[in-house]
Amino acid sequence: MRYAYFPGCSNHASSKDYEQSTQAVARVLGVELAELPDWNCCGTTGVTSVSPLLSAVLSARNLAIAEAQGWEEVVVTCNSCFGMLRRAGDYHRQDPAMREKIDAALAGVGKKWQGQTRVRHLLDILVNDVGLETIAGKVKRPLRLKIAPYYGCLLGRPRNEFEDSEYPESMDQLLSAVGAEVVPYDHKAKCCGGALMTTKEEVALRLCYEIIGEAQDRGAQVIAVTCPMCQLNLDGYQNKINARFGTNFKMPVLYFTQLVGLALGLRERQLAIGKGFVPVKQVINF
Amino acid sequence: MLEEIRIGVYVCHCGSNIADKVDCPAVAAYASQLPHVVVARDYQYMCSDPGQELIRQDIKELKLNRVVVASCSPRMHEPTFRKVCESAGLNGYLYEMANIREHCSWVTEDPQQATEKAKALVRAAVARVVHHEPLFERWAPVNPNILVVGGGIAGIEAALKVAAAGNKVWLVEKSPSIGGNMARLDKTFPTLDCSACILTPKMVSVAQDENITLLTYAEVEQVEGYVGNFRVTIRKKARSVDLNKCTGCGRCQEKCPVEVPSEFEAGLAMRKAIYTPFPQAVPNKPAIDREHCRHFTRTKGKCRVCFNVCQVGAIDYDQEDELVTYECGAIIVATGYGLFDPSVGPQWGYGRYDDVITAIQFERLVNASGPTKGKVVCKDGRVPERIAILHCIGSRDENYHPYCSRICCMASLKLAHLAREKTGAEVYNFYIDLRAFGKGYEEFYNRILEEGVNFIRGKGAEVTQKDGRLVVRGEDTLLGRYREVPVDLVILNTALEPQPDATKVAQIFGIQRSADGFFLESHPKLEPLKTATDGVFIAGCCQGPKDIPDSVAQGAGAAAEALSLATAGKVKISPVVASIDPDLCSGCRMCLPLCPYGAISFNEEKKVAEVNETLCKGCGTCAASCGSGALNVRHFTRNQILTQIEEVLAV
Repeated sequence: MRYAYFPGCSNHASSKDYEQSTQAVARVLGVELAELPDWNCCGTTGVTSVSPLLSAVLSARNLAIAEAQGWEEVVVTCNSCFGMLRRAGDYHRQDPAMREKIDAALAGVGKKWQGQTRVRHLLDILVNDVGLETIAGKVKRPLRLKIAPYYGCLLGRPRNEFEDSEYPESMDQLLSAVGAEVVPYDHKAKCCGGALMTTKEEVALRLCYEIIGEAQDRGAQVIAVTCPMCQLNLDGYQNKINARFGTNFKMPVLYFTQLVGLALGLRERQLAIGKGFVPVKQVINF
Repeated sequence: MLEEIRIGVYVCHCGSNIADKVDCPAVAAYASQLPHVVVARDYQYMCSDPGQELIRQDIKELKLNRVVVASCSPRMHEPTFRKVCESAGLNGYLYEMANIREHCSWVTEDPQQATEKAKALVRAAVARVVHHEPLFERWAPVNPNILVVGGGIAGIEAALKVAAAGNKVWLVEKSPSIGGNMARLDKTFPTLDCSACILTPKMVSVAQDENITLLTYAEVEQVEGYVGNFRVTIRKKARSVDLNKCTGCGRCQEKCPVEVPSEFEAGLAMRKAIYTPFPQAVPNKPAIDREHCRHFTRTKGKCRVCFNVCQVGAIDYDQEDELVTYECGAIIVATGYGLFDPSVGPQWGYGRYDDVITAIQFERLVNASGPTKGKVVCKDGRVPERIAILHCIGSRDENYHPYCSRICCMASLKLAHLAREKTGAEVYNFYIDLRAFGKGYEEFYNRILEEGVNFIRGKGAEVTQKDGRLVVRGEDTLLGRYREVPVDLVILNTALEPQPDATKVAQIFGIQRSADGFFLESHPKLEPLKTATDGVFIAGCCQGPKDIPDSVAQGAGAAAEALSLATAGKVKISPVVASIDPDLCSGCRMCLPLCPYGAISFNEEKKVAEVNETLCKGCGTCAASCGSGALNVRHFTRNQILTQIEEVLAV
């Protein structure tokens, strides 16, 4: 299985642990991820609110590079990259005026995009291409952890063929397949506040407080995430949340790749476990 | 000798509808210079009496032999102006309409462009009308028999009204009993009448009326013919029970070993494989559901329990589907609605949590003859202390159905009342807007408010579970706060949607559908019961969500429509049909298989195709396919259409 791989800015900076565990798990499962040459930011958050066109062009440029190399599918690990790159495709298919502008901008940097590239999340690849049975067959150490699967709000939104917007279930299945006990978790597709953490901290803290709070109420030992931004908000701000709401959360927030990797027999160091703010030793003790 | 062509052109202002965008006097002035135009005028309202009189006078005084009116859509006023011409002694088909309202003023921003477009449309109409020929309408007799499809309250009402007028009517219902959705309801808003008590007498009347032939467990398969003269093929599904012998004693149902979730009880109780759907069914005689019956499935003929216990020998395993034909003059389609399946939206927890149920399930729960004998209980038998009713589940929601299902607000109020009456529970209504639109409805709403029911203005966004209790989350838009309400039972008031087989039914009867999937009426206001197919009428929820009073009114209205056809005894048949020039026809027979109505046959002697004008509906498929140009649809000839196109495009 070979795919073009778009790591996104985070995986080369704040979420190196996501990158490392992604690569480690991909190797074990025989998934080859070929990083796109000369890729750029997908154009999320700051850019979208200032210039939707610029943001779309940034995404389209990445897809044009993939297309020029003959790739039909590009894999991403970040929910926001997932949404942004897909949006470029939506513009291409549904908005002729926008498409014209994007094409013109790409032409300015000597690129052309036919709009055929499919964008897929790594979770989709693991669950639907590699397959739950194959993964279950490679489990060396069943997880035996109670996990709250947190998908974030962008994996199923806007609506796509991969996940349900309100009640996604693919990660539930994946984590169950590697031996974890997945707790019923209603906050699984709620918003973590995203970049509001930097501009309207009050709002984002409250959202994260509810997400972690419910996971704790449900008896989860770990929250599993699929997005670097969610991970940063839930993990990096737990102290602030505790101070603000008088709680005593010590909820580790790990990437699903790290958890699957553990089950597949990889070492903590290979998966970069322990790079987060909340200590994991209390629950992960292999 | 060719007569001199003398055309009158009339440009309508339609108040400000056209005149706001189109410079009507300028269009009239322009028209007056076109070839053959003798007079061109503009006027406030051409369709008004004085407007019509203007045309009439001109025809007489100026000896006009062609008329063009530039106004609205021909769907609106073509018949009006055709009549005006005829009343002045001019054949109605020597008239042409230019649509400068729907096709021009309403859809054009710039007045100058609108005026130019109006001129082009008028120019094309003037050029076209030159080639018009007088055509003559024919009359066809109308069969006084009427067919009603669907045995819900709308269909029942229609059948009873037709029968009362003395006409024969066949009522076809696909399930084993008539009664439809209304039979499943407990009480009706706002009067709180017992639904069954007001419905069952009507059902019995249907069974007893000698003018009504009731065909249950039957479906219409094919409709041939045309208004006044339909020939309908109906499949009577094998019931496996001889209705003439069966006494309805019910012993077979007691002994049948197979249990299936009951459709009537919305899955809350079981029924047998041989079953009457509910105690007051009409006819009160069972049918065998062959999909589940052991005789027909697992045991391959060995299980004969019902056959053995039947004392009158009514069970007939060898019965086969039977096709019957019925000739009638008009058809009333009242096939009702389906209900939105809330498990499509996992956020509402339907199917995940036992105590999340739909409104129709609650109707059965609260009904004295329902699965719990009217006791409102949770799955585990507890009496709920707190109940939430979520409005607009699947309705007014971009993700599912954008339309309002209309009856759910009032139904929710009724359910809130029944819930409080039966359990004393605190009831929370999560609503977007409360639409109490009918007579006595607002008063009912006030009554429910006084009864202490809680109303939270905000859609119930999701249902979750906390500490073993259901929690409804939503935004209270009056408080501007996010709220979580713990409850024991959640009732989802789901959207009404088109029947799952609406596509098929629409095809069989030649009915169009609106964007929401419901059947489309001819005119949303003035012809709510007619369809695009003459002689086929619609009533009740197949046209869109409506409550019982509206469904009953439409059932009676559709009966009146059908009866006015039947009483007139004859119907005008449009002369706009295909015709074949035998001198040009090469006898290639290309057109024969293309005709959807089987109206073209081949004359072996003359080696040319011929059109049966009674069957032809003037669709034009044959004309488009004819390689030698022998086929033309009258009033839409090649010459007429090509001339019109040329002039629209001319600069």
